[in-house]
Amino acid sequence: MSDMTTHVTPGSGGPTEQLLFHETQDVHPANGTLLGFWIYLMSDCLIFACLFAAYGVLGREYAGGPTAQEVLELPAVAVNTSLLLLSSITYGFAVLEMQRDRRNPMLVWLVITGLLGAGFITLELREFAHLISIGAGPQRSAFLSSFFTLVGTHGLHVTCGIIWLIVLITQVLRKGLISANKRRLLCLSMFWHFLDVVWVGVFSFVYLMGVLP
Amino acid sequence: MSAHDELHAHGDNHGHADDFGIHATFGGYLTGFILSVVLTVIPFWLVMGHVIAKSSTAAVIILALAAVQIVVHMIYFLHMNAKSEGGWNMLALVFTIVLVVITLSGSIWIMYHLNSNMMPHMMDTSNLP
Repeated sequence: MSDMTTHVTPGSGGPTEQLLFHETQDVHPANGTLLGFWIYLMSDCLIFACLFAAYGVLGREYAGGPTAQEVLELPAVAVNTSLLLLSSITYGFAVLEMQRDRRNPMLVWLVITGLLGAGFITLELREFAHLISIGAGPQRSAFLSSFFTLVGTHGLHVTCGIIWLIVLITQVLRKGLISANKRRLLCLSMFWHFLDVVWVGVFSFVYLMGVLP
Repeated sequence: MSAHDELHAHGDNHGHADDFGIHATFGGYLTGFILSVVLTVIPFWLVMGHVIAKSSTAAVIILALAAVQIVVHMIYFLHMNAKSEGGWNMLALVFTIVLVVITLSGSIWIMYHLNSNMMPHMMDTSNLP
């Protein structure tokens, strides 16, 4: 190391002064994985921003087809919203149990979270199936295309989250609450809460503002 | 690094390595949940109960409540603060918010004006190049 610094500073005034500024360690945050995952979430956020923008532009272009007021059913959305919000807090309880190294209570909360997420997806798929069956599929109008893309992309994310949750439950069952599993559980925690944040945008911007006269 | 060094390093980090800098508390989650429920129920009640007659007013209130709820989720569920990960979390978030605002407002603004200026009744041949 000292070899390198003397090579870097030949002929300049005081080599000892230069040595004072030599860094012996890389400057990086302690938990690289969580920061990297956060940056992934931010890039995911940009995907949703584009889809929200597309819906914002096209959301009132009905092409003579059904309007948002006619096809969006708020009671079902209210149930869906509560399911997702409840799943957020149950995942939070799982993280609390994880911090106390209590494996089985944590697994119970994770299973409850997964079931709430599955309920959310079931309701959403039923809504999609109903829309398509009454002829309001994604090909009907620009409004429905952008609606299906935005809400469908969110639903796809939740589905991936549930699959990831099942994988992690299996991992914890096989290997226990080791440090690597805790790191993975915290990454999924961020993913899950992030999806809830996106859903806040969806139910406000798409559903509630969509049915306004 | 020798095996002994590794053991030593692990011993030093014990108790801190596993929480990954996240300090979740029951009170924090409960506060976040209660605030979220309130901030969700109000806009649903506004729309489903037809409380506000004027659509634009209702839309502004819905968007404002959504923004507040997103901040609540960020703080209480995602444990965001200016110091986590040495400030890099916040930096990435601020950058993303800037991009999201440009994307959303830019798209809606441009397309709104495109629509209103390109409608047939607006067509004024004297302005065409």
